[in-house]
Amino acid sequence: MSRPFTVGIHIDGPGSHPAALGDVGGGAERVLGPDRVRETIARVEAAGFSYATFAGSHLPPQTSPELPARLDPVQQAAFAGPLSSRIGLIPEIPVSYVEPFHTATQLASIDYASVGRAGWLVSAENSPEAARQFGREALDDEVLAAELADAVAVVRRLWDSWEADAVIRELSTGRYIDREKLHYIDFVGRTFSVKGPSITPRPPQGQLPVIVPVAHAAGVDADAVIVSAGTGLAERVAAARELGVAIVIVDLEVVLDSRGERAADRLARLDADRPWPGAAAERFLGTAAELTGLIGELAETVDGVRILPASLDRDLDELRFAVLPALTAAGVHEPPRPGTSLRQALGLPAAENIYAAFGRN
Amino acid sequence: MTTATQNDGRPARNQIQFGVFFHGVNFSTIWHWPESGDQLAFESFRRVAQTAERGVFAAFFLGEGLRLREHLGRLHHLDVVGRPDAQTQDAALAAVTSRIGLVATQSTTYNDPADLAYRLASLNRLSGGRNAWNIVTTHNAWTGENFRRGGYVSEEERYRHADAFVTAVKEIWRAGDPAAADRLPLRYRDDFYDLEVRRTLPLGPAGRPVLFQAGDSTEGRDFAAKHADLIFSAHPAYADATEFAQDIARRAKAAGRPEGAVRPFPGSTFVIGDTDAEAQEKWREVQLAQITPQTALAYLEQIWGAPLDAYDPEGPLPDIDPVVQITDVTRGSWGQNYQAKQIADEWRELARDRGWSIREFVIHQAARGNDTNGFVGSVQTIADSLERYADAGIVAGFNISPYLTPTGLDDIVNRLVPELQHRGIYPERYVGTTLREHLGLAPEL
Repeated sequence: MSRPFTVGIHIDGPGSHPAALGDVGGGAERVLGPDRVRETIARVEAAGFSYATFAGSHLPPQTSPELPARLDPVQQAAFAGPLSSRIGLIPEIPVSYVEPFHTATQLASIDYASVGRAGWLVSAENSPEAARQFGREALDDEVLAAELADAVAVVRRLWDSWEADAVIRELSTGRYIDREKLHYIDFVGRTFSVKGPSITPRPPQGQLPVIVPVAHAAGVDADAVIVSAGTGLAERVAAARELGVAIVIVDLEVVLDSRGERAADRLARLDADRPWPGAAAERFLGTAAELTGLIGELAETVDGVRILPASLDRDLDELRFAVLPALTAAGVHEPPRPGTSLRQALGLPAAENIYAAFGRN
Repeated sequence: MTTATQNDGRPARNQIQFGVFFHGVNFSTIWHWPESGDQLAFESFRRVAQTAERGVFAAFFLGEGLRLREHLGRLHHLDVVGRPDAQTQDAALAAVTSRIGLVATQSTTYNDPADLAYRLASLNRLSGGRNAWNIVTTHNAWTGENFRRGGYVSEEERYRHADAFVTAVKEIWRAGDPAAADRLPLRYRDDFYDLEVRRTLPLGPAGRPVLFQAGDSTEGRDFAAKHADLIFSAHPAYADATEFAQDIARRAKAAGRPEGAVRPFPGSTFVIGDTDAEAQEKWREVQLAQITPQTALAYLEQIWGAPLDAYDPEGPLPDIDPVVQITDVTRGSWGQNYQAKQIADEWRELARDRGWSIREFVIHQAARGNDTNGFVGSVQTIADSLERYADAGIVAGFNISPYLTPTGLDDIVNRLVPELQHRGIYPERYVGTTLREHLGLAPEL
């Protein structure tokens, strides 16, 4: 079976352009409320995306200075769980400063609330400003790399710390669980140690898909890496494949012709308000049909594309009504079916459990 | 029919509220009956939360787990165990409910103030002002083994640290008020923390999340009197509840809080039958199901500190003495740091006097007077009992631990709630959309 080609979308409040808030009727108050989250998840699921990532950061969004902070991405993903049935839900969670034990149980809880559709977009965020909120100092590169590898490893261990059939409810012995199927992980990392087991039993998927930006993926036990689009993509993809990670996803910032306004004009209008940082050459500007063509070409070399729309309110309609239907018609992408786990949607095999596989500890 | 409200829409009588404590503690949830559902499936949580909302419950409570409980040095395997992360689960439940309050128990020790303040503020917005924080103050190093800093808070510093933590969280929330934006980044410093906070969200119109607290020591009560809106107390019995309410009122006054600012919300279990006799029979069945022979022995083992499986659960209490002086902390919320020999002697004497077997003794011990509170009986009997509490105004309400998941609230919502509404001592409907409104608390930042 060849790997399915996935199309995901990144949700960052009003969109990824720093002036996108201007497109939202209701402004910050609406972006920071439940109705907007409810509506957005319904729209992106109806569009047929494989998954949505929810932006997260220790700091206020660089993208929208009018927003004091985002809604917590873990909570957004959990909130979206019972409101959807097909789409993968992937919060962006940094490893720096936060407790890996909490990250493991938060993600497992989303997986329960969505019945197997959660994933983890690992963030390598690290700065003096972020660290100061925790009363800590920023990490140097070496420590950060160790922190990333250790945090992913320990979270995975915690997901494995309950075997899937640990709950036995055996009245004759009075036992609710078979404690032989729960495991102290006794993880000792470079800057922290975790005893285990998790307080949350093994999540429905066993192991949630873990996605890491390629720049931080070395030594990290990831299922997928994200590379940026633009010049030199082939080299970046080749380098990513060298890491031995199963899935390579390309990030694509997108501005589309919309409502009779050309993409270039839209971007100029948004940029006049506040310029979009980053490399303009890596962005896609054009029509829905052109984007469909580009994604079709990318499907030849990568396993998926994650779209970062400049403005959700404007670009999402084009993606939903033009781009994704065309990709489906062309056989490039298939929307997930209800009941599909995120692992299945990404073409990952059923997860093994290190403790079940290698005997009792 | 009597009218339950005055012309201005306010209740004519003092009312009580209900909350539901999902999973309860220890052996309270029966896992081996045909009605015992999945204890972790989201569907079970949805079913309970939506049933509670149909019954106009003020709040849905989730506990927190930071380390799995152990018994005699191994994982405790007799009780329901395993739970979701509380705030994450509350966020999911916020999507499928619209009125009920959502309470997450969160530790001041194994969280960071800026991060927790942010997540609570986020849930405040996502839930439309329905969330609450049940503040707990874990301090043992055993729990700390799952966290970066280990057991860094000593027992002596426990409440001083918690006070600093909660003060920081409140400060961060205030800095999120758009009118106070010039305060960011917020520099916060005390004996425990030195922070510079940039990320904070404005709270909804009802103000900060409602604060619950559950500590029962002198220090715990003072802490609650200073910070909390409600106390999830272990004092449901009438006389005990009266005394507790007076004690808390006194402490709150000393802390400079206005009258009625801090109110008890005791944990309780209701068992409803068609008649009082039938309810008592049912209660007996429930207790026998909760206290299995193995659980009865384990209950004693917690004090004795050694395996007692050589003893017959239907026979007398062990004649040997405990092997430990002080009981340990690894069983979680119950039985920490007790004087073992003294307790064993008291228990043996009581059991001998009453002629109780081990299992019978534990059943009586665990009931803790629940059957004498008037909480086991016909709907009329329970309503009569609750009417006394409502009229005396000694509790804001009761946090109910159903003994079954997910059907444990059905009888309470279908049978008890309508009777209480008829008597005018329970809300007919939600008066507002926020938890503060349900509880009659003024907006507060």
